[in-house]
Amino acid sequence: MIIYLSKRLAAAAGILLVICAVTFVIFYVVPSDPALQACGKTCTPERVAEVRAQMGLDRPIWEQFGVYVVGIFAGRTLAAGVECGFPCFGFSYQNSLPVWDLLVDRLGTSVSLAIGAAVLWLIVGLTVGVISALRQGTTLDRSLMIATLTSASLPVYFVAMLLLLFVVRVTEILPYPAYVELAEDPMAWASNLILPWVTLAALYAAMYARLSRAQMIETMAEPYIRTARAKGLPERTVVVKHGMRAAMTPIVTIFGMDLGGLLAGAMITETVFGLPGIGRLAYDGIVKSDQPVILGTTLLAAFFIVLANLAVDLVYAVIDPRVRYS
Amino acid sequence: MSESGTVSQMTDRRTRSSARRTEGGEREASPILDVKDLSVSFGAVQVVDGVSFNVDRGRTLGIVGESGSGKSVSSLAILGLHRNASVSGSIVFDGEELAGASAERLRKLRGSRMAMIFQDPLSSLHPFYTVGEQIAEAYRLHRRTSRKAARERAVEMLAEVGIPEPRRRAREHPHQFSGGMRQRVMIAMALSCEPDLLIADEPTTALDVTVQAQILELIARIQAERGLAVIMITHDLGVVARIADDVLVMYGGRTAEHAAARTVFKSPSHPYTQGLLASVPGAGWAAEDGGDGRLRAIPGSPPSPLTPPPGCRFHPRCATFAASDNPEICTAEHPLLIGTTHKVACHFPGGVQ
Amino acid sequence: MTTVSTPAASPVAPAATGRSPSRVIWDRIRRDRAAKFGMVIIVLFVLIAVTAPLLTMINGWSPYDFDPTAVDKRMAGVPKGILGGISAEHWLGVEPVSGRDIFSRVVYGAQISLLISVLAMIVSVAVGTVLGLLAGYFGGWVDAGISRVMDLLMSFPSLIFMIALISVMPEGNRVLLLVAIMGGFGWPYIGRIVRGQAITIKHREYVDAARVGGAMGASILFREMLPNLTAPILVYATLAIPTNIGTEAALSFLGVGVRPPTASWGQMIQESMLWYEVDPMYFLVPGTCLFLTVLAFTLFGDALRDAIDPKGSR
Repeated sequence: MIIYLSKRLAAAAGILLVICAVTFVIFYVVPSDPALQACGKTCTPERVAEVRAQMGLDRPIWEQFGVYVVGIFAGRTLAAGVECGFPCFGFSYQNSLPVWDLLVDRLGTSVSLAIGAAVLWLIVGLTVGVISALRQGTTLDRSLMIATLTSASLPVYFVAMLLLLFVVRVTEILPYPAYVELAEDPMAWASNLILPWVTLAALYAAMYARLSRAQMIETMAEPYIRTARAKGLPERTVVVKHGMRAAMTPIVTIFGMDLGGLLAGAMITETVFGLPGIGRLAYDGIVKSDQPVILGTTLLAAFFIVLANLAVDLVYAVIDPRVRYS
Repeated sequence: MSESGTVSQMTDRRTRSSARRTEGGEREASPILDVKDLSVSFGAVQVVDGVSFNVDRGRTLGIVGESGSGKSVSSLAILGLHRNASVSGSIVFDGEELAGASAERLRKLRGSRMAMIFQDPLSSLHPFYTVGEQIAEAYRLHRRTSRKAARERAVEMLAEVGIPEPRRRAREHPHQFSGGMRQRVMIAMALSCEPDLLIADEPTTALDVTVQAQILELIARIQAERGLAVIMITHDLGVVARIADDVLVMYGGRTAEHAAARTVFKSPSHPYTQGLLASVPGAGWAAEDGGDGRLRAIPGSPPSPLTPPPGCRFHPRCATFAASDNPEICTAEHPLLIGTTHKVACHFPGGVQ
Repeated sequence: MTTVSTPAASPVAPAATGRSPSRVIWDRIRRDRAAKFGMVIIVLFVLIAVTAPLLTMINGWSPYDFDPTAVDKRMAGVPKGILGGISAEHWLGVEPVSGRDIFSRVVYGAQISLLISVLAMIVSVAVGTVLGLLAGYFGGWVDAGISRVMDLLMSFPSLIFMIALISVMPEGNRVLLLVAIMGGFGWPYIGRIVRGQAITIKHREYVDAARVGGAMGASILFREMLPNLTAPILVYATLAIPTNIGTEAALSFLGVGVRPPTASWGQMIQESMLWYEVDPMYFLVPGTCLFLTVLAFTLFGDALRDAIDPKGSR
């Protein structure tokens, strides 16, 4: 067990390193010049060259990469004499802040968005899916499936804008969302996040409804369900204790992956609603060629995905006894 | 089939042992299960058509037939396990009419007074719950006991069906058991509430021969101890020969022949039964028995319930029909089931020997 | 347990009537109303995309022509008239400020969407099939290497990466770049499926028989395995198209799609964000087109998947 865990952790670290390297290389090719950005437009070419040397940009790429990676753990001194402690992801000249500070500052928003949406889509998606499965073939089932198909075909930004149009503009039920910290004012926090939550959840709920429906239908056709009924168990027990327990297991894996992918920011949703999250930070960073920010957000996103992968494997071993003994 | 002799030798042994069993005990006056004119259809498709049989306490009825003969559908209908079927006829269990009974009433009987075990124990047991939990579940529900008592009962049942270290094994999951052990677990689960009737649907088909014998012996032993009525559904005549007292041969959703096991094996009357008996090893066609060594199979394949053959459903594959001079009646009318203790549904019973 | 088998539950095998598997599949699809609806819409959009130049000629406006007369300069460029400026001149209205004809832009947007999505799908399928076959057939370190790469690619935060890659390569043909990048991130999904199938088939008897008959390695691969892989590849391909349409639109929405002034639905929606209050048609039109196309392909893809392998889980 320990051996298995250490192997997985080592593999995970390996993946992160590779992703870091690839990102690094991509931006090595970037025509824009971080030194120029750092120095500012008024700098003379000689001054820019000095800054470049200070930032270590004239070093070979693998040395730069090495410095970066080591610097994450050991900290390093940046160009303007700024100290950057553990964990050091560099400095964003566009935002005039260390990248780590930026990430931490915005993590709350992205996590709020992800978790709220996740709760919503799980409840709605699984309920719709199970009900559809149990009422397979009826009008209710067909209508629900059409609804989910529709929802799944709508791009996120389209849903966002439809909601903004109808909920904010036309009917004025809610004001235009503006992010409020949870600690500051929970009510305002929630009411401002409702539209983004619904937007994000709409897509996933549709997918989960279709997924759980298919799983449920397949599971309820299994012989052990017939055995449960033959034992004289009430139908509710058969459906929930025997059916759902087995049907929902594979969905856990998928949920873990989806959540992991969202924790590091939902780029489009944050952009449309103007939420100060990591997705938005990443997008702005890319558009402005802010290399440290891009590296930092990419690594964070990859970290969450890899972590989710690991967590899902472990959870699966807990919930599926057949996996434990292999 | 057993290596130790021909079919008729086995039935002789069987009848002798069954005679020993009923010695000293009174035969029950009325059968525990009495099915009359059972018909099951799914929409327009009629799968079982007018089948009747009964089972006494302490006796075993073997229902024999090919896939699609309606044998499993009949037993599921008795338990009320069909979801979208229309079931007609009379099903009297211990004096109570089950046809038309409420779903709730049937549910209460299932698992407690009537139990069923299925063909593939690996897929018929829930993979995620321990064996102990699954056995205790029905017991706890029907007997309204505490969890602890139910768990004890589960261990007790595992011991009874011959699983060593029952306390430890009750905490294990189905995939940790071998095929034969799993079937024992299913039996333990079925018998935990001491039912009066056990329906076994091809319980040994997925097991290898030695394990088959053990399972059948287990069922026979429990039957002797408790006076359990057993319906054994199978396509394997060897199984029937081993433990059935009476045999119901089904074909195309209808009864072809219905008699005591000894009678069916010694003097089969319906051409289908004759064909079945002729096709097993030990029937005399094998080279080592002095025959020509050619496998005797019944030609053709089972009828589709959507488009059954006109008249007698078996006639397209019937040797008697093929050899007969004026078989118009076979294509015109389906034969009625005639007889008292030995019932046959055939226009020309006795057929080819 | 013995059950009566109903014909509808049988997998694809020539029925007693002797229809070929593809005929069986086609018949099943034809019976599905949702699939037919999907097919109609797909055909409609494909026609629109293909005949885009003809349509704009009939309409009279190219996607790049400005029409200042259609917008009201005093109101910051809002289109004149109702519903975003719908008129006999401009069938679906005009864009604010520029006055460009929305119908033409939507029609050319269809072209871009479908072109990029289909090409990217082809790239994914080609790369995925080849690598999947190699990994499955050869096993060993070939398999280990290819599988590592697949795992890696699937762990990448793909949206960020796609945006980063595209924004880093400023010049050159954007369409080709989009196709390459979308195809490059999509292939592991089909690669995995092909690899799995290849491994299963590898162990099947008839492949061994072919080997005994003296067939060489590569010819075994292509002759024996490919026909069995057609079904999963086909299903993947049909469902990859709507995914790609969505991705292309998302990338365009975020500003890294095809470069303006080329028309793209995603980009139109992004521009429409500023105007959604006063000119909702500007985002409703391309949005609905996007929605319908994705829906149609998904419906058809689902029906195809069910027709090929009906497990009764519809």
